[in-house]
Amino acid sequence: MSTDDSQRSESVTEEQPLPMESERIEAQMDRLVAADTDVLGAEPAAADLPVAARSSARTVMIRFFRHKAAMGGLVVLALIVILAFSSVGFGPFPGWWHQDYRVPQNIYNGGRPTLQLWPFSLGKHPFGQDNIGRDYFALVMTGAQQSIIIAFLVGFIGSAVGTVIGAVAGYFRGWTEAVLMRLTDVIITIPLVAIAAVVATIANGIGGVWLLGVFIGLVTWTGLARIVRGEFLSLREKEFVDAARSVGVPSGRIIFRHILPNTVGVIIVAATLAMSSAILLESALSYLDFGVQAPHTSLGQLINVYRSAMGPRPWLFWWPGLFIVAIALAINFIGDGLRDAFDPRQDRQKA
Amino acid sequence: MAVFVTRRLIVSFFIVLASTALMYVLVALSGNPLHDLLEYSGPGRAERIADRTRALNLDVPIPGRYGLWLQDVGKCIVPGGNDCTLGLDRAGRPVLPQLQTAIGSTLRLVVAATVLALLIGVVAGIVTALRQYSTFDYGVTFVAFLCFSLPVFWVSTLLKQYIAIDLNNWLADPTMSYAALLAVALIAGVLWAVVVGGERRTRWLVFGISALATFTTLFLLLTTDWFTKPSLGVAGILVIGLGMAFLWAALFAGLRPRTRRVLWTSLATAAIGTVVIVAAQPLMDDMSWLTFFLMALVLVGIGVAAGLVGGGHVKRLAAQIGAVTGVTMTVLMAVDQMLSSYPFVYRATGGRPIPTTGSETPNLHGDFWQTNTDLALHLVLPTLAIMLISFATYTRYTRASMLDVLNQDYVRTARAKGLNERTVIVRHSFRNALIPLATLVAFDFAGVLSGAVVTETVFGWSGMGRLFQTGLTNVDPNPVMAFFLVTAIATVLFNLVADIAYAYLDPRIRLS
Repeated sequence: MSTDDSQRSESVTEEQPLPMESERIEAQMDRLVAADTDVLGAEPAAADLPVAARSSARTVMIRFFRHKAAMGGLVVLALIVILAFSSVGFGPFPGWWHQDYRVPQNIYNGGRPTLQLWPFSLGKHPFGQDNIGRDYFALVMTGAQQSIIIAFLVGFIGSAVGTVIGAVAGYFRGWTEAVLMRLTDVIITIPLVAIAAVVATIANGIGGVWLLGVFIGLVTWTGLARIVRGEFLSLREKEFVDAARSVGVPSGRIIFRHILPNTVGVIIVAATLAMSSAILLESALSYLDFGVQAPHTSLGQLINVYRSAMGPRPWLFWWPGLFIVAIALAINFIGDGLRDAFDPRQDRQKA
Repeated sequence: MAVFVTRRLIVSFFIVLASTALMYVLVALSGNPLHDLLEYSGPGRAERIADRTRALNLDVPIPGRYGLWLQDVGKCIVPGGNDCTLGLDRAGRPVLPQLQTAIGSTLRLVVAATVLALLIGVVAGIVTALRQYSTFDYGVTFVAFLCFSLPVFWVSTLLKQYIAIDLNNWLADPTMSYAALLAVALIAGVLWAVVVGGERRTRWLVFGISALATFTTLFLLLTTDWFTKPSLGVAGILVIGLGMAFLWAALFAGLRPRTRRVLWTSLATAAIGTVVIVAAQPLMDDMSWLTFFLMALVLVGIGVAAGLVGGGHVKRLAAQIGAVTGVTMTVLMAVDQMLSSYPFVYRATGGRPIPTTGSETPNLHGDFWQTNTDLALHLVLPTLAIMLISFATYTRYTRASMLDVLNQDYVRTARAKGLNERTVIVRHSFRNALIPLATLVAFDFAGVLSGAVVTETVFGWSGMGRLFQTGLTNVDPNPVMAFFLVTAIATVLFNLVADIAYAYLDPRIRLS
């Protein structure tokens, strides 16, 4: 690997040098790059200039960790997830908050929130109580858990189905593609809220919050299927696919082991953004009475139940709403950071 | 082209057919249509169940019911038939009249939100692209992300609860303290300074001028009691019209001597347009949509004629900008008339002019302008709520697309051959940056409709959202399918239009 080449080394990292040597080259490159920029008097030796022998996964990771908004989003999301799952407990695991969201209690201080930021104290009912005295912190935390679970399920299933359908359509072409893409067109003509409301009603008939997530996931894959198909259409003409085919690698293996890893960036970004829209979709459905149903709770369902309480007890409306916004915003920022990290074209624009 | 459109129409027909079948089966399976009657234990239970079964054809299997529904739809397509009902709902009422009353309000909401979001979003996107990595850019980026993350129903409820009440209270007694005036002026100054950007001196200058202008305008409006009896008046129409004419000419033609004639014809259009509007005042009292469009046609015609007559060697450009100025004058005329009918609507609504429920004031009995003012006031809050997401989408896409174009070689070429910045941005970059938006608008339409379903529920509109929601709750497929038929056909047509527009705007694409 000559020094000239390594300036644009991202594409030349297939054969990794030995670890020792790679470090040596890296050090050398840093010096060279530094010297280069000194001469040109351009930007200071920014560490995100392409450097020899950095695997693309690592480059992506470094770019992602430099993205301030994305890191902020990651921290916020982690805090919310930890708070929601540790406070009221999950499944067999008990939480540190010892009030049940189902049990009405005496109303304390008019049901107002007792949360104090400075000096910090939670008080008896940090998020207040609802009109029959149930602890609202426990309710919101349980609702947040459900919303997060549904969002992850929707994001995961939607992305998985979309990826497989897009990949198969893009790889096999012909009538497979025609059938799958017409199916996608058919589902795309239906407004998302409409079809999601219908499948959610069916899921509620059978019962279960998890099933709701699965069903909504089964109708939100269309966008990603189109994107993945587009990627596959161009990648399947590449030499490495011809090479694999000519040595007799079966189609399934070519799709999942040879081509799919090249589209992973697009898929991860789309999956992340799908999760944030799933949070919003779930809450909108619950608000319309088609989502999570009464014995269960979710952030959207809480807003739906307490919307008439807006005047006398505004906190019943604020807390779940703020959690929805915070979760969706955090995931959106993470998605944006991932997009910047996976898409090197963004770099050129910044330069 | 004709072949392409025909083929697409045929394909679209089958797609709509398939999606209606899918939707019908899903809705029919979504629950038990006799649910409420099975829990009912009063007298006549058996008859009611029998009635419902007959109304919904429950003794026919689902595919058969879909066939029956298709037959009902077919009766609407066949010419000459007058039994077009789109099926009956479970109470035996025909769906079509319900759809006809519902579709108007929903369409108003969707169109208003799309147009506003498109205008504001594109402008914000272009400015953020031109001022990349400025405070304004970061600010708009954050706002866009926030809009992406806001649940529509939550925002709607907030708007209803806080904005509507406070705004109505303020409109009942429109006064402001000096401190509030000053605060508004300072905020406006900061906003403009951030938007315009540039050197520190420019920023301070912009800040000072815009803060002062805001303060004076607001002060004058408040002291002349404008907020209780608003109107533009002849002077207002003339001044704003001339200002907009100047803006369009400066933006799309430039002020250099070569295209100076465009400025003159555009200003002339504004002046003549004002005279025509004043002359047409007697017409205003019994205006209808027909006379309104004739009026618009006259105003645009004046612009085109002025451009063709006085445009000299830049005739075409002058005519185009004259037409834009004509449209501006029409808008100004409408705004003036609607503002003048505000006091009537204010009295009719009992002093709460920004309504939070319903899509129109019942029993208003106003003339053309008063009715439309009432409709527009009803649109304010729901539109605001659903345009936020579209606004975010348009801003982000316009920004990305504009940045993409600005990095193209042909833009560098344009700069290199010495074109001024205005020409490079408006003629070479802006037009090309708008091309991808054609597809986006079509795609976004479905999203806005989804938003409309939710927003209508919050604001208690009896629009298509209501039709859909009650239909689905009652497991009554025909109203749901009426809603769905409209949205599906609209989506398919929008996509077709987007493809044609794309090919028209980008000659590299051939329709085949």
